[in-house]
Amino acid sequence: MRISFTVNGNPVVVEAEPLARLLDVLRIDLGLHGVKEGCGEGECGACAVLLNGRIVNSCVTPVAAAADGEILTIEGFCETDRYAVIEQAFSDSGGVQCGFCTPGFVMATEALLRENSKPSEDEIRRGLSGNLCRCTGYNMIVQAVQAASETLNGQ
Amino acid sequence: MSTISRSIPRTDSPQKSAGRANYLDDMRIAGALHARLLLSTRPRARILRVETPALPDGYVTVDHSDIPGTNAVRMINDGWPLFPVDMVEYVGQPILLIAGPDVAVIDELLAAVTVEYEDLTPVFGIDGAETVEDPECFVDYHLEYHLEGAPGPTDQPSGDLAFTITETFDTGAQEHIYLEPQAMAAWCEGHRITVTGSIQCPYYVHKALVTVLGWDADRIRVVQATTGGAFGGKEDFPSVLAGYVALAAHKTGQPVKLVLDRGQDIEISTKRHPSRITLASSVGRSGLAQSTCADIRIDGGAFEGLSSTVLQRAMFNASGVYRIPEISVQGQAYRTNIVPYGAFRGFGSPQAFFASEMHMCHLARKHGEDPLSFKRRHLVRQGDRTITGGTLRDPVKMEEMIDSVLTQSEYNRKRPEYERATGITRRGIGVSLFNHGCGFTGSGERDIIKARVKLRGHADGKVEVLCSNVEMGQGAETTLRKIVAETLGVPIGNVVFQNPDTDQVPDSGPTVASRTVMVVGGLLHTAALKLKDATSPGPGQPVEVEANYQQPAEIEWDQSTFTGDAYPAFSWGVNIIEIELDLLTYAIRPLTVWASFDIGTAIDERIVIGQIHGGIAQGIGYGTTELLEVRDGAFQQRTMTDYVIPGSLDTPEIHVNLVSNPYHGGPFGAKGVGEIPLTGPPPALGDAVECALGVEIHQIPLTPEYLERIVRTQGGAQ
Ligand code: FES
Ligand code: FES
Repeated sequence: MRISFTVNGNPVVVEAEPLARLLDVLRIDLGLHGVKEGCGEGECGACAVLLNGRIVNSCVTPVAAAADGEILTIEGFCETDRYAVIEQAFSDSGGVQCGFCTPGFVMATEALLRENSKPSEDEIRRGLSGNLCRCTGYNMIVQAVQAASETLNGQ
Repeated sequence: MSTISRSIPRTDSPQKSAGRANYLDDMRIAGALHARLLLSTRPRARILRVETPALPDGYVTVDHSDIPGTNAVRMINDGWPLFPVDMVEYVGQPILLIAGPDVAVIDELLAAVTVEYEDLTPVFGIDGAETVEDPECFVDYHLEYHLEGAPGPTDQPSGDLAFTITETFDTGAQEHIYLEPQAMAAWCEGHRITVTGSIQCPYYVHKALVTVLGWDADRIRVVQATTGGAFGGKEDFPSVLAGYVALAAHKTGQPVKLVLDRGQDIEISTKRHPSRITLASSVGRSGLAQSTCADIRIDGGAFEGLSSTVLQRAMFNASGVYRIPEISVQGQAYRTNIVPYGAFRGFGSPQAFFASEMHMCHLARKHGEDPLSFKRRHLVRQGDRTITGGTLRDPVKMEEMIDSVLTQSEYNRKRPEYERATGITRRGIGVSLFNHGCGFTGSGERDIIKARVKLRGHADGKVEVLCSNVEMGQGAETTLRKIVAETLGVPIGNVVFQNPDTDQVPDSGPTVASRTVMVVGGLLHTAALKLKDATSPGPGQPVEVEANYQQPAEIEWDQSTFTGDAYPAFSWGVNIIEIELDLLTYAIRPLTVWASFDIGTAIDERIVIGQIHGGIAQGIGYGTTELLEVRDGAFQQRTMTDYVIPGSLDTPEIHVNLVSNPYHGGPFGAKGVGEIPLTGPPPALGDAVECALGVEIHQIPLTPEYLERIVRTQGGAQ
């Protein structure tokens, strides 16, 4: 079936089974390799993208769910000013180690800060609870989100 | 703080955040075929017949008959066959692979393969091995240590003994859950093969390929791909996968890529060895422990792999960080019909420290003393003998480290208060004291690894780091560059580090054993000093210098008797963990960790603290939720939903202080940090639970079922 949607602002049309994983369409058909597969079952958030502004795990999202929608992946988001702030905060806080989880955390951070521009530590931990990281122990990622939130709020 | 410790931005951070770092599965390898494995469904069986369906064009099977060299995964010995010939030894053992262009077609073909087995009686785990009359062991060690100056067993007036305790501790298997699953690719060019993948040890893979292919070493090239976490899990197992893709690429003449999905990764990759440790100690009337007898059994799984060295490390930590005059240790690694167990951050040490720390708590309790105070009275000091009869030559700063976390955590106020508390919700606070020997055990660095590094200085001022140690998330790239830049007095931007390629870099050993900074960083420091004085062979030509490992002169080790200095230096740690748990769910909620570490000098403080945070989180998982249960030889936990690693809500606040204690043998005084942080949490959590519930802990993970049971049977939580 032909499915059309926009990815990072560009309209695309793909030929895919409706139940095909959005992750595979993004990675294989569209070559967007910043979207990672860590578990393939909706548990780790490495494959997170924004679909119509909401964070979804693309490994458990059928491509049909994206029909006529807008998808933002790390490849699109990393062109924005907000990304630059979040990236800097991750780097300054030590939020990146092996990096496999990082694009997913960056997308989750953006989703969280769009909804709640000044989250408390607890809200940050909750907001990131769909993403797993095996390297950092999360504290430095939480600090990164706090720092990004402060910068984005002009503090 | 030493100036070198000041944190700098990690160079790999921007690429990784932007999703531009290319892990193996992100690489575009033109014309690459996919490979998938057919796994044994039987724990132990003869293979009578394997029938493969007719394969469409472009698809091939690869099995033991395609091995041109030796059918062995080269590790310490060659006992692990790459593919079975006529026997399977565990559920999940790969029997053959099918390679071809379309994964879905491969999966259909694999489903149509029939394997006829004749089942044999399997042995499952330590429990299983202990019920067999004469269980098969890979190794069986017996050591007796009598520390110089201490009274011998016969000199000990028996009337002076206050009590003895004999007790057994069990620790479970642990899965690494590096976030990037295992992945490998290979292609042939002319008479050479290139293998690239997510690996810790390029030269381990290289040597394994020499064995399997039976080729000259110079026909084989191994390149590390950006690696999404490893924790020991990409030390041994990549040598297995590399064999598979190399054989498939060799047979098809096309590039072949093998990326495990998470379920298969959990099912077939190596894991931390489960252990059963029995400790028997006697305490004199003076309140000092006189002797400890340790019996350490680990489940080695179906093939030996690294089990002997994991067991050695466990044995050398059997008495923790305490002076015990008389020690005997025996150790066995059982052969069982389970996935081979392998390297995992800590390498036997976390198992031993869990047992010895809990044992000290129990001795203290029987003696009627607070565990921390009892432990402190037994702490080793500078100049003391180690368990293997080596010497602790460098300052031991544990007292100062303990004091700092005691104050911060308010342990002395909280402990008695929590012990007395009643009600449904309880708090507990617990301590662990531990160390970790840095580098390979004994003379392994000198006799086996023989590390070499090179630096290449270019006319434009750039300096290339040439070593085989990898960046896998732990910050080696930034740390090693920093050592070179600081030694040369050049900006860090001048120092170039690339993912190691065996065509370019000498063998500086594997990225394991808390050796990368202390040993390899030390060699790079030496090489950088040489480079300062070196002159270019000709105008515009690069200048190359090399440094080779030299064992520190003071180190003595006898591998046949396991005596002497097992490690040239130790890193040290103290953890205090506060927890909350309720008597309805028995789920442990870690609230805060206060940690103090002596790792010599931190080369980059933020990177070091990042290692500590991550190790503590992994140690908390190991101690609480990370449960792997074997049923009929198969792990019941197959997904990241069933196998629960800590998330952002489960990981507590962590306060770290670093005590500076420069080690003369490490670059700028650095020792190792990679492994030690994982060791602390399980016993500190165990102690905290004992504080909260008044029970005695004998196993990890501390599952709610286990806690509920011991509260019932031991009459805890009054
Ligand atoms: S890969 Fe999608 S949630 Fe893990
Ligand atoms: S940085 Fe490695 S999993 Fe998060």
